[in-house]
Amino acid sequence: MKAADFAYARAASVEDAVALLATYGDRAKLLSGGQSLLPAMNLRLISPELIIDIGGIAELRGIAVTGNTVRIGALTRHVDVQRSPEIAAHTPLLKEAITHVAHPAIRNRGTIGGSLAHADPASELPACMLALDADLVVQSKSGRRRIAAGDFFQGIFQTALSPDELLTAVELPISAKNSAYFFYEFARRHGDYAMAGLAAQAVIEGGILADLRLAYFAVGDRPVLAGTANKLTAKTITPALLSEASRALGDELDPQDDQQASGVMRRHLAQVLLRRCVAALLSRPELVGATA
Amino acid sequence: MTATVPISLEVNGERIEANVPPRLNLADFIREHLQLTGTHVGCEHGVCGACTVRVNGDIVRSCLMLAVQAHGGSVQTIEGLSDSGEVADLQGAFRERNALQCGYCTPGMLMVAQDLLKLEADPSRDEIREHLSGNYCRCTGYQAIIDAVETTARQRRNRSA
Repeated sequence: MKAADFAYARAASVEDAVALLATYGDRAKLLSGGQSLLPAMNLRLISPELIIDIGGIAELRGIAVTGNTVRIGALTRHVDVQRSPEIAAHTPLLKEAITHVAHPAIRNRGTIGGSLAHADPASELPACMLALDADLVVQSKSGRRRIAAGDFFQGIFQTALSPDELLTAVELPISAKNSAYFFYEFARRHGDYAMAGLAAQAVIEGGILADLRLAYFAVGDRPVLAGTANKLTAKTITPALLSEASRALGDELDPQDDQQASGVMRRHLAQVLLRRCVAALLSRPELVGATA
Repeated sequence: MTATVPISLEVNGERIEANVPPRLNLADFIREHLQLTGTHVGCEHGVCGACTVRVNGDIVRSCLMLAVQAHGGSVQTIEGLSDSGEVADLQGAFRERNALQCGYCTPGMLMVAQDLLKLEADPSRDEIREHLSGNYCRCTGYQAIIDAVETTARQRRNRSA
């Protein structure tokens, strides 16, 4: 199908874009890479009155490292994140996750800001923001504010963004030297949306998980930072402890049925991911199949 | 009806000036306004890959891009790659290996295969699969397509050796 008719404005700057948003609010949609917006428009799931094309705003593009922070402009494309030496060096979880985002032709247009603002609960990057404890920087005509990733994602396609706000960048703390990450998702086919996925970031000291952030996706209406991680930190992991954590994770998550997978199956896959994650982070392959 | 927007872009090396409605996607612009019908339209929501073209050197889905977004850019379609001879050997390998059946997916497959061969001179079969994973062949001739890409990579390495 073809998109319904709409008016089109090409924003020359962030000021330009937020001025248009202040006037049109939720009657307008921001167009960055368009890799989620245009399918939805072509399928007539949404028909905005005005499209504000922010694709040409150079100040929103690029990756910069300052002090202990990696800043990624909202218009930075997935392919640019994937190939960035800064990302590989400082937040390697993100580089790994990007390889699971759709296909090369999509990654050449899709942007990090677009993916985060879209907030599909099955997509990889929102979960990475939780795992990496990112801040999202947003701007409106009345000013700028920072939102922690944990507060940003609020439901299926729902975020803390007001209709007059533009996501301009994400800021990620540089991963510590003794940190490790794990990323995996189960999908029907590579590049498809996940049935269950896990982005994890850990600090490891002497074979112990000193810190662990487990960000699950496709198991709820938003990415979930699992509280179960606390059961696994600052102690020696035994098969019995991992099984206990796995049960706690099962109780904590409440995945729903859809055409991809049942809730029961998603919960099971999340538990499999937990075992694989802990085994991989600690380089203890025997934990994958461990039962108490 | 919304007012049209003037755009200026390069298509297969030729300067194009046009006035287009904002809702017109790049695939339809290429096919209907420029009569370059080698770019095929399958699903119209970014799933099948039949509409793959190059914009500013990168492969993209032309059904997921508005013509107005190509303003100031450079577009190459399968006609451009074919006429310049850039993919002549790849086309030959597809023909030789019978890697096109109905042919509907072929322009997109060629665009994506050529993209891979530019990035990686010696791709494994897994890497070929991965790079082509966003393109559907409803005749399911995938093995032959992977064979043809693999053969072309080998021939190019031999030629440059």
